[in-house]
Formats: sequence, C-alpha cells, structure tokens
Amino acid sequence: MLKKDLGLFLLILVVGAIVAFLNPRFISPINLENTANLVGLFGLFSIGEGFVIITGGIDLSIGSEFALFGVVFVDLLTTYHLPWILAALVIVGFGVILGFVHGFLVTRMNLQPFVVTLCGLLIYRGVARWYTDDGTAGFEFGQSFPGLEWITMGRTYGIPHTFVIFLIVAALMGVLLHRSVFGRYLFAIGKNEEAARFSGIATKKVIVAAYVICGALAGVSSIFLTMYTRSISPASHGNFYELYGIAAAVLGGCSLRGGEGSILGIVLGAVLLQVLQNLVNLLGIPSSLNFAVMGAVILIGVLADQQLVRLRQSRADRVKDSLLASAIPREAQR
Amino acid sequence: MADPLLRLIDISKSYPGVRAVSRVSLTLNRGEVLALIGENGAGKSTLMKILGGVVKPDQGTIEIDGVPHSSLTVSESMSSGIAFVHQELNLFDNLDVGANVLIGREPLSAGPLKLVDRKTTKRIVEPLLKRLDVDFEVDDLVSELSLAQRQLLEIAKALSLNARVVIMDEPTSSLTSTETERLMRVIGELRADGVSIIFITHRLNEVGICADRAVVLRDGSVVGELARENIHRDAMIRLMIGRDLKSLYIPPKAAPGAEVLQVTGLRTLTRPAHAVSLSLRAGEILGMAGLIGAGRTELARAVFGIDRALEGEIRLNGAPIVIRSSKDAIAHGIYLAPEDRKRSGLVLEDSVSENISLPNILAFARNFLVNSTAERNNAERQRKSLNIKTSDVETRVGTLSGGNQQKVVLAKWLSMNPRVMIFDEPTRGIDVGSKSEIYSLMRGLADAGVAILMISSDMEEVIGVSDRIVVMQEGAISGTLNRDQFSEENVMRLAVARAAEQSAA
Repeated sequence: MLKKDLGLFLLILVVGAIVAFLNPRFISPINLENTANLVGLFGLFSIGEGFVIITGGIDLSIGSEFALFGVVFVDLLTTYHLPWILAALVIVGFGVILGFVHGFLVTRMNLQPFVVTLCGLLIYRGVARWYTDDGTAGFEFGQSFPGLEWITMGRTYGIPHTFVIFLIVAALMGVLLHRSVFGRYLFAIGKNEEAARFSGIATKKVIVAAYVICGALAGVSSIFLTMYTRSISPASHGNFYELYGIAAAVLGGCSLRGGEGSILGIVLGAVLLQVLQNLVNLLGIPSSLNFAVMGAVILIGVLADQQLVRLRQSRADRVKDSLLASAIPREAQR
Repeated sequence: MADPLLRLIDISKSYPGVRAVSRVSLTLNRGEVLALIGENGAGKSTLMKILGGVVKPDQGTIEIDGVPHSSLTVSESMSSGIAFVHQELNLFDNLDVGANVLIGREPLSAGPLKLVDRKTTKRIVEPLLKRLDVDFEVDDLVSELSLAQRQLLEIAKALSLNARVVIMDEPTSSLTSTETERLMRVIGELRADGVSIIFITHRLNEVGICADRAVVLRDGSVVGELARENIHRDAMIRLMIGRDLKSLYIPPKAAPGAEVLQVTGLRTLTRPAHAVSLSLRAGEILGMAGLIGAGRTELARAVFGIDRALEGEIRLNGAPIVIRSSKDAIAHGIYLAPEDRKRSGLVLEDSVSENISLPNILAFARNFLVNSTAERNNAERQRKSLNIKTSDVETRVGTLSGGNQQKVVLAKWLSMNPRVMIFDEPTRGIDVGSKSEIYSLMRGLADAGVAILMISSDMEEVIGVSDRIVVMQEGAISGTLNRDQFSEENVMRLAVARAAEQSAA
C-alpha cells in the first residue's frame, strides 16, 4: 500500500519537475496557490467517492448533486435569507439523506450501485434544472457572507482555506479508514462480504454508512463549489465531476472490485489530476485535449501499477518457493 | 475378449501430506459399466481427474487402445473419447440446450457474417436428445431444466463429442427415484451401443442395478473387485470399511453436562417441509452425519443467524433466545466455522492477525480506534496455542495451507469464549497432521465445557470423533446414535434409508 502511494508521489514530482522545467510559471506562488485551491475543491468529494469504491460500489450522482445542492443553497440564502450556517447544515443534511437512500437501495433492495447512482445522476440533474426553470441561480447584487467567504475563498499566508480544510478532512478520514473499527469493517466487506457477515459484522449498515459519508462530503463540496463559481447554471454545473472523484480514487490505488485503497492515495490522485490540468494550460496544449491527457495518464498509471504488482508477485513466489524447498527436508526428518 | 479400451497401470499421486492414489491398476472394457465405490476421500475423484487430464500422476501408465501415456492433457483425454459428467454441472444456464451441447464448437452459417447456425445446431443436437429419450427441446433454456434434465444434457454433450468413455461422478446424488431409474435406463442403452461408463456413487443399490463390475477403493488403493454376480451390498460394505475407525477417538474427561443449546421445531427456507429439533450438551461433541444436501449446512446457517429461520425456538441454557443475525448469535457465544472457509470464513487477502480480530475487533479498540499492537499480541498468542504454522501473523491468510487456514478460523472464535461451537466440515481439504490437531482442539474445547456440533460428511471423522451422532436425511433428522451403536453401516442406513426404500419399491 505504502509503496503504491510512494510511486504516485514520485510520479507527481517527476511530472511537476518536467512542467516546471518547461514553464517556470508552474512553481510561481500564484499558480501553486490556485492549483492547491482546485486540489481542495476536487479532493473533498474524491475522498467520499473512495469510501464507496472501497465497499465495491460506485457513486455516479455526485456531479448532479452539486447542481441540485447548489441551486437549493443559493435559494436558501437569497429567497429565504437563511443564516448561511443553517443553510450549509441543511445542504450537508440533504447529502446525508441522499447517501442514505443510495445505501438503502443498494443493500436492502439489492440494486446495483451503478444503476442506483446512475438514476441519481439523471434525477438530480433534472430536478435542479426544473427548480430554476433552467435558469442560472446566483446571489443578489451586493449580497455577501463574510464568514462563509472567508472559509471557502479565503487564504492564510497565501494558502487557500479549501486546501487546508481538504487536508483536515483527509486526516480525519484517514484515521477513520485506516485506524478505526469502521474502516477495518469497510475493507473486510470490500474484500469478502460473506466472510464479514460470518464474522458477525452488520455489513449492510457499514455499506450504508459509506454512502452516507460520500453524500455528506458531496454536500460540503457543493457549498465550496457554489462559492467558487458564485452562480450556478444547473445544466452544466458539476458535469462529469463524479468522474474526477472516481479517477482520483482509482489513481490513488482504489480497486473498483472493492477492498483496496488509501486516503493518502486518493489525496495524491487528486493532486495529480490537478497538476495534469495545469500542465495542459501551461504547456500550451490545446485545452480541448484536457480530458484526453487525463485519460491517457490514468491509463498508463494503472497499466504500470499492474505490471509492478505482477513483478512483485513473481518475486514473492520465488522467495516462497525457495523457502518451501528449504523447509521440506526439515519436515521429512521429523 | 478384445483388448481393453482403457488400462491404468500402477498409478500413484501424492499431495503434500496425503497419498491420494497409490499404485492403482484398473481396466475398462468396451461397452462395460464399471462402478467405482469407496468412501469420501478414498481417491476416486483424483483417479478420475487423472483420466480427465486435469491432474498429472506421479507415476504409472495410462493405456488407451493399447497406446501408453505417462500422463494426459485435457485435450488428449477429450480427443481419445473420455468425457465427464460432472458432480457440479458445467452448464451455462443462461443459454439454451443446443448452445450448451455445442459450446466452443458452434456451427457457423455460410456467408461473410458467420453467425451461429441455429438450423445445423438443431440437426446435430436433436438426434442426441432423441437417443437419450429426454423430455426437453433443443431451444429450451437450461435455467428452466431440472437437475436430472441437466444431467442428461451433460450426457448428450458427452455423446456429441463421440465419447467412448463417460465418467459419471455421483450423478444420482441429487435425483429423485424416478429420475434415477431413467438414468439407469440411459446407462443401459449406452452400454448396448458400446459406450463404456465409469460410474462413481455412494448409493450401493444402484451399483447392483447397473454395474458389470465394481472396483472398491480405500485410502487410495484398490482393495477389491467384484464381478457382476458377486455385487452385493454386504460384500461392498465389507470392502469399503474394514479399517480401525476408533483410532481417532479421544474420550472426554467427564460425562457431558447440562443441555446448553436446544433447537425445537426449526424450519428453514430451503427445507420448509421438515422441522428439526436437537439438543446439545456441554462438553459433548455431537456429530451430524448425512449425505451432501441433507440440510445440515442450512440448519447451521439458521442457528448462526445467517439465514432467517421460518419457525422454531432456540434455547440457550434453558432460556429462549432470538437470533436475527450472526451478530446476535455471536453475542450469545454461538459461533460457526463455516463449510467453505475461503468464501465465508476468511478474508484471504488480509493478514492472519486481521482475520483473527475481525469478529471481536471492539475488544482491541479504544474509542473505536484499533490498537494494532493488542491485536497482534492476541494473534501471536493464538498462533502459539493453536500451532498455526506461519512465520509472522502479518502474513496474508491466503498463502497458508488449508489446515493452517482452518486454524485461523478457529482462532477467530477461540479468543471469544465460545459456549456453542458449530463446525461445518472442519477438516475438508486438510492434511492428516492438521486433522488430528483440529480433533484434539475440539476435544479440548469440549472438555472446557463448550458444546460442539460437528457437521461432517467424512464417515471416519463422524464415527471417530463424535460422542453422539445425529443423522439428517432430506431435511429431517432420521435418527440418533450413541457411541455403542456407532458403525458405518448404522450411519449409512439412516443417511440413505429413504432413497433405498424408494428404489426398492
């Protein structure tokens, strides 16, 4: 696990060094700050996606949730003049509820995660567009929320608060996933749900909890994204963002079969994705190639990882064989 | 008589710790039905795998039509006309009958598209089905066929390959008596057509009905051969058993204590017609025998809360308890070491230590954070006391041998003070050394006052290890035996009684 993360970290350094060499603006403070801000924005929900992927599931609805949560959030602040803290809590609660519904449908109704969240993707996007009559939702002129803006847009010593919050959430989730009882259950279920059940683990509850975490983080992310764009056109806001989350998780070593992955990996995956975006801009590659570059790097990364695993496996087998060979005579002597 | 079609000469095959087949010689003539009998683990399956080319023998010669081979590959075996009708059927139940028969050899239509030619499929498959006199059509979906029909389909598939030798591994184990009769008829017709058949079965009366010759295996060797006129039940049983079954038995330190677990009127979803009642005393090992599919595993799953029971009462130390999930059962100290340890017992990719602590992880956690040192120390203790052979408790469980994997399953539960321990096939696929270790572990547990239910299909194990035996048959308990009544024959009689009566009628 650690080796995988280390490899990803080296890859980021190498790519970063090359880009910095070709275009020194890459390491200018402004560029780094902006990239860190984007890493924070996209990393938050990638972590949630990672939890669901570790159970062997997937959540495709995140991008549409951003549109729906976004228009509701703006509406709560502008039409209903709710205090922003309350509005934010409502949105996170909304995320929790949708996550719970997804988990319920997956575990109790035995629907496939892909199907459940694909329907979510369509439904939430549709409802968001209907909610504003396909219009753009934005804040009224002169409306400002100093506290909320400080948290979501502010910087301290140039470090964007989004990035700081992302790191704090990552640390908390890292402890939850890698040190807690819940995390242990999650990995066991992802690897072998039946054995987990035979060990007395309430597997369905654990899986639902993973979807709830994903929904809650999507709610938090939607607030950050809303404040980042300031206005939301529900037909396009957050389009494809679930795929960024999935890509970061997969780059970070999560297996779509479940049971594998680490928070550090997902963090690094999110960083690499933004570095790649940045690279396209800085190296003068046509920005229309953006997705193609991302896809190609993920493909190469996953392929390389597969080869490394195979190499390590065959080396381990050889060690085991030689151990066995040396053990057999001893057995025979007894 | 013409040369034999097939001859096995001095075949041996060993697995680590087990000599599965030892210097077996066997001949098969054209148009002959040869019954291969023997207990579970006598070496029948290994021998047939050698014929099928799946397993390479360590020594010996396989002669087909007088041509010697030191071993066969799967394709050599197929091209020389050897076909298997598997115990677990190898069919695609989402495809139709014709597609299954010709899978991998689909006739293609002329023209550039090369689609599957359904007409030709029908032309090839229909006569085969007619020959077997089956009651299904070429374009029926396999998922809609009964088990017996699927078996006939497997035979049709074998015939389509021009099989000269058809190996049937317990084909009747899940058939009703009428279905069995039809299969017997089909076997007779195939023999008349000159096809040779190797027939592996536990149902001795069927051997009398259809076999020309019976070969009895025990512990990997041929212990006897009976010609048609000598095939009698008693003669076969005499050859099959005849070994010291008592050697495994470790007597309990004290007489069994009070009843710990009482199950009354338990009905499961798979066998709703039968209610099962049984009681389990402290310090006793209750063996549960029966044929595969008798409903023993379903009973264990219901008691352990994996499947919901339809009805029935479970009492622990006299007080009724409600078990809705495995979590409830575990809270009451009722644990299960499941039949399929790789699928249900262990997370193979995880370490020994993680597997051991999984059901009881809260005991190694503070504020829901796992203390991996405490976890490892416990695993280390279990490794020593159970003698789990691994260099390190951080080793992945998947890399251990079967016996050591099973010990890890036990270690999960032993650190949690069991009251009732259910073992489902505790030593399946485990070498002899680990077997006896597991038996003495079980006895140790019983002597410590744990009530033990041991489900086992291994006759030697049931008779050798248990203090008392209950036998299940088709979902119901058909009888209980005390130690002085233990014999392979008594167990067998209770396990198969109805099946034998039916075909006698």
